[in-house]
Amino acid sequence: MSEIQSIAAMILISIGTFFLFVGSWGIVRLPDFYSRTHAVSLSDTMGIILVLGGLMVYEGFTLQSAKLFIAIVFMALAGPTGSHAIARAAFRAGLKPLFSGGRKEKETDATGT
Amino acid sequence: MRSRDDSPIVLIVSRALCPFIMLFGAYVITHGHYSPGGGFQGGAMLAAGVLLIRLTAGSQISEILFKRSWGTPAGVSGVFIFFAVGLTAMFFGGEFLNYDYFFIPTVTGPMLRSASILIIEIGVGLAVMGILVSIYDDLMEEDPKRGDI
Repeated sequence: MSEIQSIAAMILISIGTFFLFVGSWGIVRLPDFYSRTHAVSLSDTMGIILVLGGLMVYEGFTLQSAKLFIAIVFMALAGPTGSHAIARAAFRAGLKPLFSGGRKEKETDATGT
Repeated sequence: MRSRDDSPIVLIVSRALCPFIMLFGAYVITHGHYSPGGGFQGGAMLAAGVLLIRLTAGSQISEILFKRSWGTPAGVSGVFIFFAVGLTAMFFGGEFLNYDYFFIPTVTGPMLRSASILIIEIGVGLAVMGILVSIYDDLMEEDPKRGDI
């Protein structure tokens, strides 16, 4: 039982770390504000949910895992809402998305991000 | 009173999260002498709960939760609680903030020290919450009908 728990926790935490790594890579690699927000919001929330879920599986039914579950619920609520608010504020402030064809357009329009 | 541009998602989620943030802040304040946390951290969480509503719903609606004029009285009364505990201990014969000499009827020993640390933490939390909210209010002079997001 305990070995199954440990193996499942290892698998979940590894997948979660992969998602977090992809999100951080997206911040460095993508060209535009909106695509960066997109990358980091989705994959970060998924990665944190998986890592905390792996810790919950490792812990079993205790008070600590109940606290981790509450942390998962609040993270799943607050993360996407935060990135929605940031992207919406940028759009309403008049930041243009980067369309295809544009290294020149990037230099003129979206450099201030 | 909500303006047309406000995002309903942000408003609903922050309205749902605010009571839990403030409840956790109260927990951190009142368990500051057993567990990590204390007055400053709990007060910052309480102020975060107020400022979340103030950012999303606009300062006019959030006057229901915490009025603009309450910030300075909350800060002053927190500092007053802190110094009242310290000076009471001094008055009954100890040093400043020597919890052994604080006076609560029929409470002695470790319970007395624990209770007076709890009172100190409540004072610190109240002061931090009031001062953080009033700093935000002084910095934001804006149209009171509109939210910012």
